[in-house]
Amino acid sequence: MADREFRAVDLAAERGDRRLFEHLDFTLSPGQLLQVSGRNGCGKTSLLRILSGLSRPAAGQVYWGDEPVQSIDGGTGSCLGYLGHPNALKEDLTAEENILIAGGLAGGRPSHEAVLSMLASLGLAGYEDLPVRFLSQGQKRRVALARLLLQAKPLLILDEPYAALDVQVIDVLRSAIEAHLSRKGMIVITTHQVVDIDGDCHNLRLG
Amino acid sequence: MFRPLFALLRRDLVLALRRPQDALTVVGFFVVVVALFPLGIGPDPEFLRRLAPGVLWVAALLAVMLSLERLFSDDYRDGTLEQMLLVPQPLGLLVLTKVFAHWLITGLPLVLISPLLAVQLNLQADEIVMLMLALLLGTPILSLIGAIGAALTLGLRGGGVLIALLILPLYAPPLILGAGAVDAVMHGASAQAHLSLLGAMMVFALFATPWATAAAVRIMLD
Repeated sequence: MADREFRAVDLAAERGDRRLFEHLDFTLSPGQLLQVSGRNGCGKTSLLRILSGLSRPAAGQVYWGDEPVQSIDGGTGSCLGYLGHPNALKEDLTAEENILIAGGLAGGRPSHEAVLSMLASLGLAGYEDLPVRFLSQGQKRRVALARLLLQAKPLLILDEPYAALDVQVIDVLRSAIEAHLSRKGMIVITTHQVVDIDGDCHNLRLG
Repeated sequence: MFRPLFALLRRDLVLALRRPQDALTVVGFFVVVVALFPLGIGPDPEFLRRLAPGVLWVAALLAVMLSLERLFSDDYRDGTLEQMLLVPQPLGLLVLTKVFAHWLITGLPLVLISPLLAVQLNLQADEIVMLMLALLLGTPILSLIGAIGAALTLGLRGGGVLIALLILPLYAPPLILGAGAVDAVMHGASAQAHLSLLGAMMVFALFATPWATAAAVRIMLD
């Protein structure tokens, strides 16, 4: 899936006057997973936002292959998918509409069947036609994950994807992550839970 | 290239249809403000007619301003704006699409209902046509300029008042030209110059403001 490395070189981030981290380097090759850990407030989310190109680092540079991420054609969104703390769902639209519109925005046209089967695999069969505001917190998270997985980007950046998910869905998500890695995808993930994932996993400890 | 923009436009229109009260409040505000004027200044038809262009234009730009706060703030709160930054399309075009949807939802209804209110203020037929024409050229300018203010106040407390302070001074040129066009017709002169300038201003805003708005969105989400 991915044919390039994802590299961070000498990254630093600041919040206000406080340095969250500095001199951070890593290289992620296709098929690898990077788990970012650390206590609250150590800059995990800031790091993920920098990696996804939403924030600018105080110093350093993120590369996709040999290209700095800012200069990628079509923006960072063309190579990576990002799931942050908010689920980025429209409450008045149904789960299926949310996913179809996000797919349309990304330039693709996910098929009706693909969306339904992805939702079903995340345990949301029967909830496709309900406005998202009637879903529970965990169900909303699952819709957001379904949207991300359907876009099939080589690099996934997941900020606390397990938040509010129940045990069965954690299993489904784990197998989705493993499948993504075996297709030579890359993943950067933060999580408080210990989730053992089969594959080439690396750990990055902040703070 | 147009499919993502079309998807976004469709999304915003569907959302507006699912929650029609948002758009209706703006039109309601416009109608009520204009309807209050005759009550305040008396029923003399000739006097009302002289005031009408200014009253209608000021009410229209206040109504548009009222709706600006919601232009980006809903998307900001639920995180969809963040995802929009990751869409592999120029952010300026996405912003322009959102502003177009905003105009369809708020600006266009104002244009369409203005003849009714103009009759109430005793404007004549040719003046009403000119009023609609001027509003048709002017309301997109209001949405386009207003988007900059909406983006700059994202996530701030009391953003609505701040938008008013930032944006209302910039609304002076379209107000002067728009009301002036109707005035000109009222006094038997040609409104050509007013309309040309208004059109030029719209074209300029169409090209310049989306990029400014996009830059503001990026900064506020950093």
